[in-house]
Amino acid sequence: MDFLRPASWEEALAAKAEHPTAVPIAGGTDVMVEINFDHRRPEYLLDLNRIGDLTEWETGEDTVRLGASVPYTGIMEHLRAELPGLALASHTVASPQIRNRGGVGGNLGTASPAGDAHPALLAAGADVEVESAARGTRLIPIDEFYTGVKRNALQPDELIRAVHIKKADGPQQYSKVGTRNAMVIAVCAFGLALHPETRTVRTGIGSAAPTPVRAKAAEEFLNAALEEGGFWDNGKIITPSVAKQFADLCSAACNPIDDVRGTASYRRHAVGVMARRTLTWTWESYRGTAAHSEGVA
Amino acid sequence: MPSNGAPIGTPTKVTQGSQTKGGIGESTLRPDGTLKVTGEFAYSSDMWHEDMLWGQILRSTVAHAEIVSIDTSEALKTAGVYAVMTYDDLPAEMKNYGLEIQDTPVLAHGKVRHHGEPVAIVAADHPETARRAAAKIKVEYRELPVITDEASATAPDAILVHEGRDDHHIGHVPHPNIVHRQPIIRGDVEEARKRADVIVEGEYTFGMQDQAFLGPESGLAVPEEDGGVHLYIATQWLHSDLRQIAPVLGLPEEKVRMTLAGVGGAFGGREDLSMQIHACLLAMRTGKPVKIVYNRFESFFGHVHRHPAKLYYEHGATKDGKLTHMKCRIVLDGGAYASASPAVVGNASSLSVGPYVIDDVDIEAIALYTNNPPCGAMRGFGAVQACFAYEAQMDKLAKKLGMDPVEFRQLNAMEQGTIMPTGQPVDSPAPVAELLRRVKSMPLPPERQWESSEGADVRQLPGGLSNTTHGEGVVRGIGYAVGIKNVGFSEGFDDYSTAKVRMEVVGGEAVATVHTAMAEVGQGGVTVHAQIARTELGVSQVTIHPADTQVGSAGSTSASRQTYVTGGAVKNACELVREQVLEIGRRKFGTYHPAWATAELLLEGGKVVTDGGEVLADLADVLEGEVVELEREWRHRPTEAFDLRTGQGNGHVQYSFAAHRAVVEVDTELGLVKVIELACAQDVGKALNPLSVLGQIQGGTLQGMGIAVMEEIIVDPKTAKVRNPSFTDYLLPTILDTPIIPVDVLELADEHAPYGLRGIGEAPTLSSTPAVLAAIRNATGLELNRTPVRPEHLTGKA
Repeated sequence: MDFLRPASWEEALAAKAEHPTAVPIAGGTDVMVEINFDHRRPEYLLDLNRIGDLTEWETGEDTVRLGASVPYTGIMEHLRAELPGLALASHTVASPQIRNRGGVGGNLGTASPAGDAHPALLAAGADVEVESAARGTRLIPIDEFYTGVKRNALQPDELIRAVHIKKADGPQQYSKVGTRNAMVIAVCAFGLALHPETRTVRTGIGSAAPTPVRAKAAEEFLNAALEEGGFWDNGKIITPSVAKQFADLCSAACNPIDDVRGTASYRRHAVGVMARRTLTWTWESYRGTAAHSEGVA
Repeated sequence: MPSNGAPIGTPTKVTQGSQTKGGIGESTLRPDGTLKVTGEFAYSSDMWHEDMLWGQILRSTVAHAEIVSIDTSEALKTAGVYAVMTYDDLPAEMKNYGLEIQDTPVLAHGKVRHHGEPVAIVAADHPETARRAAAKIKVEYRELPVITDEASATAPDAILVHEGRDDHHIGHVPHPNIVHRQPIIRGDVEEARKRADVIVEGEYTFGMQDQAFLGPESGLAVPEEDGGVHLYIATQWLHSDLRQIAPVLGLPEEKVRMTLAGVGGAFGGREDLSMQIHACLLAMRTGKPVKIVYNRFESFFGHVHRHPAKLYYEHGATKDGKLTHMKCRIVLDGGAYASASPAVVGNASSLSVGPYVIDDVDIEAIALYTNNPPCGAMRGFGAVQACFAYEAQMDKLAKKLGMDPVEFRQLNAMEQGTIMPTGQPVDSPAPVAELLRRVKSMPLPPERQWESSEGADVRQLPGGLSNTTHGEGVVRGIGYAVGIKNVGFSEGFDDYSTAKVRMEVVGGEAVATVHTAMAEVGQGGVTVHAQIARTELGVSQVTIHPADTQVGSAGSTSASRQTYVTGGAVKNACELVREQVLEIGRRKFGTYHPAWATAELLLEGGKVVTDGGEVLADLADVLEGEVVELEREWRHRPTEAFDLRTGQGNGHVQYSFAAHRAVVEVDTELGLVKVIELACAQDVGKALNPLSVLGQIQGGTLQGMGIAVMEEIIVDPKTAKVRNPSFTDYLLPTILDTPIIPVDVLELADEHAPYGLRGIGEAPTLSSTPAVLAAIRNATGLELNRTPVRPEHLTGKA
């Protein structure tokens, strides 16, 4: 195994072009586990830790450009206002030590359906900035990024440089079910973001389908129901029947499996519960009435 | 010459507080404590030797198969490889090992019986080279059907896991795929049932728990010039290892030297051998030191687990709440090899009634041979599984009778004098009702602790940081349980320990050295031995000699026995040394003061004093020019085997009792659990080191909680393969899962035990699990007949 240590982003792209099988490594919280357990023996490791701007972020007018290696701890500490859903998701990532090392770029690169960041990115709306030496930069909409179990839309010569995440224009929530109260891989997870500017709702579901998915039918149903009832303007409480139907549609968006972490039936059920609860929390927050809307950690 | 200037033997009044500091009853600190929490302690995996090689084990990828062929040629050709060994390379006639039954092949012979069984071993100059070479060994398997439960094990056409058994259990088991069977019959259940106003039945399932010690199996074998080998090893019992290792190496025991290396936890999982023989074989074959370290994945295959069990219970009671009878059948899955299965059967059967008075019982416990992972010793073994079931039964009975579950238990609680189902009287305090009273009377934690001015503190809620509820669906439940565990090895086992104690003068001060082969696995024996020596010998400086086989056996660090038995051996040896020291004193100074001949003499604060408190001499003066050293075996009261048909017999030496109250909060919609508090009351007889006692109770409590709500090795019933051999999916409680654990310690002396102490390490593991389950049942109204309980069980989505 060769260890490539590019000093700059350009060198990294050149190395990736030359060795398309090279596995990029930043925090190493995913890659090193695979290597330690001998599940994977890449020919080349491409160390991105010398490239400083990967750990930086910029807050623009509408989006945050989040460097691929910004650690989860940084998101929790500095981007809670702009990216509340992702900040909540970051809280659920492993342990403090892992959160100090791991970043969203790794989650996207691995594209595991259980990656904690995915539902938050899907709900907020995001574009993944990828680049190759040959073709330059392109932005992949998050909705098109996940292509299969642990597969994504990257070309072999491309590297993930950053994620452009839409700044929150309304309340966002994130819930994850695990059978331990900390440091646990998701049995399933759910992200929800209200977008008052466009009067839409977006969702993200983790670990309940071969890829992270949005519950699009649920979103469409809720968008219509909110519009129809004038909820965005009158700020009324969402009726239980609307919340239930939204939850049922979120469950229906799942395509889960039975595995050691949980049953398919439970995953479908739990996604529905989380959908209903996160809708209640975000809507209460939108209505401006709830002091108890966001989890305190 | 005397050192203090005064004439020798001149009595002086002992000043107040001159009793030796750091003796028993004080919370002296662990010598290894700071090193461990700062990461500086040298564990067995940290050892290094010049020119050492690394050993690697190739394990079976299937659970049950005939081995058609093994081709090691590619592995042998790998640069850096020094040796590859299979069954054919074993040097001695003895090729098996085992704690009681030598049924475990050192390397598979013709057949593998469980997933992860060692098939070949490799030594190379780098661990990665060894691993790659092992992967090049080609093993062709012809798979056999897997035996995974009682039905498949005892089917008429079942394949025998072990052909041609000749162990001493084969004569009394109903099927060769049953390792051991122990019935216990007392009274007349059929008659007693007629007196019952209510009867409850239950079928319970206990999952497979792993010891999950943090320091994986590891050791270093160094070949010696005399053709022998020196093994530095993390184990629970050096001499038991030695007895199993030497015959396989073809060496007399004196040519296998063993020294305890730093042990990173054990909990029963190091009672069996793991890499010991493999490292020695490779060291002897290559003539070089060989180190083997398992990684976490391999560790899940490298040691036995807690027996999973099916338990069928029937209890009856009169309408005023008196138990009439109990009938039970306990089926333990021992997996592919016997390990400690027979003893686990003995415990499960003899303790299946729990700490209650029931005169009419019909009990049967068996352990199966299957192709599941081998199971053996783990903290509380046998008693843990039974406690989970009988405590669920107690709650069911109380509910059916409309009684308070604690009062119902108290009404039926055993006491000193109660006769066990084995016919053995309980001859020391058994404060079962009092322990229940104590946990019940502790103040309850406040409700809705998650509420704060800033919103819900999710760390206080089920789901924790995963932010699944802000209080929605959360219901509190409270549950109680109490248990009984035997202390020490039972059923007629010669359960002795050896201690060597030395006293001499070093640097003008009388000091003591305590040398035992006791495995310090974290229980705090090294602390307690020094305390005993200070108390008995009146010195402040006590050196604990490293544990090795240069001294006699200390028995196993298990069965809550070490403070009792090796502590007892140290106390006994100290007393004998003290006699010799006093004899020297009398010889040297007896003529100076009549008290030497007439008074009861003690060693305190570095001096010889009378029981009236007069100082007769400095110990340093008595011991000047002398060395007193002796080594003695010490035994607790003997026990008897259980009768194979009736289960009668004085099988146990002592019992240990703990009670728990669990307070849980359950998110009933998502099926997530937060254990808020696990209050424990335990009788410890005498707390030799109160801080260590607290640590044991808290640790045992948490380990019991683990199997209640998350810990389980999941074995595929179709293939008998382990599905979650990693800490990613074998979940241990984190600090955020750890409840508040208030502990109430009772000290009722057992007059038969040293200092009146009671073995304490296991009892808190028993009652913790059923208390948590009872609390979850209380919160949800669900029956919950299996542990661990998972979210899908609480939401009906299994």
